[in-house]
Amino acid sequence: MNIKKYLKVYTKFLNTSLASELEYKTNIIIDLITAFFSLLGSLFLLSIFSKNSGYIGGWKFEQALIIQSIYTILNGITNTWFNPNLTEIVKHVREGTLDFVLLKPIDSQFFISSKKINPSGFLEILLGFCLLFYCININQINLNLSFICFFLITLFCSIGILYSLWFFISTTTIWFVKTWNATEVLRSFLYIGRFPLTSFSFSLRIFFSIVIPITFITTIPSEIFLGIAEKWEIFLEITISGIFLFTSRRFWLFALKYYTSASS
Amino acid sequence: MMINLSIRKIYTLLKVQYSNMLEYRVEIALWAISGIIPFFMLNIWTNNNLNESINISDVMLSRYFLCAFFVRQFSVVWVVFTFEEDALLGKVSPYLIQPLNPFIRYFAQHIAEQITRFPFALIIASIFFLINPESIWVPNLNILFLSLIATFLSFIIQFLIQSIIACFCFWTEKASSIERLLFIPTLFLSGLLAPVISFPEYIKSWIYFTPFPYLIDFPANLLSGNPAHTARSFGMQIFWIVLFFPIFKKIWAEGIKKYTAMGS
Repeated sequence: MNIKKYLKVYTKFLNTSLASELEYKTNIIIDLITAFFSLLGSLFLLSIFSKNSGYIGGWKFEQALIIQSIYTILNGITNTWFNPNLTEIVKHVREGTLDFVLLKPIDSQFFISSKKINPSGFLEILLGFCLLFYCININQINLNLSFICFFLITLFCSIGILYSLWFFISTTTIWFVKTWNATEVLRSFLYIGRFPLTSFSFSLRIFFSIVIPITFITTIPSEIFLGIAEKWEIFLEITISGIFLFTSRRFWLFALKYYTSASS
Repeated sequence: MMINLSIRKIYTLLKVQYSNMLEYRVEIALWAISGIIPFFMLNIWTNNNLNESINISDVMLSRYFLCAFFVRQFSVVWVVFTFEEDALLGKVSPYLIQPLNPFIRYFAQHIAEQITRFPFALIIASIFFLINPESIWVPNLNILFLSLIATFLSFIIQFLIQSIIACFCFWTEKASSIERLLFIPTLFLSGLLAPVISFPEYIKSWIYFTPFPYLIDFPANLLSGNPAHTARSFGMQIFWIVLFFPIFKKIWAEGIKKYTAMGS
């Protein structure tokens, strides 16, 4: 019954935010072009990196493309759901409108992380999957059911980690009020998810797997495609994703205690 | 008399904006951190020995990327986002009554922000030198002076381009998506992620006729002591400024007639 209610609320969210986004049609078209060129630019960069030896961090160009495609899918998801919603938290806190959210008979985390949707990210997701299918073709990967299962599991875990990271940063707004720039810092860190982890020096590798687990987000799902992912890696990703989701939830509830409701 | 008055105007504007910016120190520090992508790129370059193919030593490459970081720090422009918000909320109206083009105000805002940013950028640079002591160098005064000018000209080019885009707000209400589209070539072609010299021939043949390499690649090469075609590049920078300035004046004059003073 509860799930039914949330589903119903979510469809309402979807309708209203799509309607308001479609008001700016030219904007959406320009965003679509941007997504396309952004992918083109990253491919260009990757081709420069592998021009020398054909390899980057031990990955062949064709293999590194898989990472690129998974990054594109995840970036599309970020642009569609996380970015529009979680930057909104900043506004809620600054203008004191978080009060209205908290008063509603619905989970506040659900409300603020699913209220809005930005349809222009869909193309990026689509582009990412197209590139992925192309990669499957050129790397001559034979798909089977367990493959796809593992891939979907890790992809969902990556989405979970990504969501938690965004949500963590946005939650700190409650104390610092203006963390719009903090999300920008996260964005620039996430940027390196386009490249295989092995292309970085040892110290950065440690940083990007322990402090900000960007590695898990793109490298492990790609390794599954190449059949070089270890079982423990998959297990680790599931665990980390679980920990992240759980702590970000606790952190939100904890932060709410400090909410002082500005300007009301 | 006139000159005296305008000097006083500039001085007051800068002073006001500087104290305004100091209020948001943390925010500006975060902005500075979000610009560290060039260092990640440097890590990929040196870690994969990619510089072998373009004949630049590790040290010169690390200086290049450090300078690219600096140039980027002092040529970041965000006028379109501020103007879009001001236009949507009708805040532009009071500015228009004053005998001062609002873009001069935005310009002062940017300069003040750069002054606030300077210490943070220095801190990041000194951390970089701590990690890479072999890349410490002192550019001579001439070069330092010239590259300061080059960076400033790069800033002006970007400011003019964004101001032109910002004026589209008069017609389309939202102009930031055009800016995001234009940011893609700026990101990939300006030399922030890879020096222009490493680009494949089919791009190098036309890229020097576009404004992009003069935004980051040229000032960074000049400052770091890598080969830079100084006279020609300065000429191109001035050419683009001379080209964009009348366009901006024209579009501003046309756009202001369309202004509808929303939200007031």
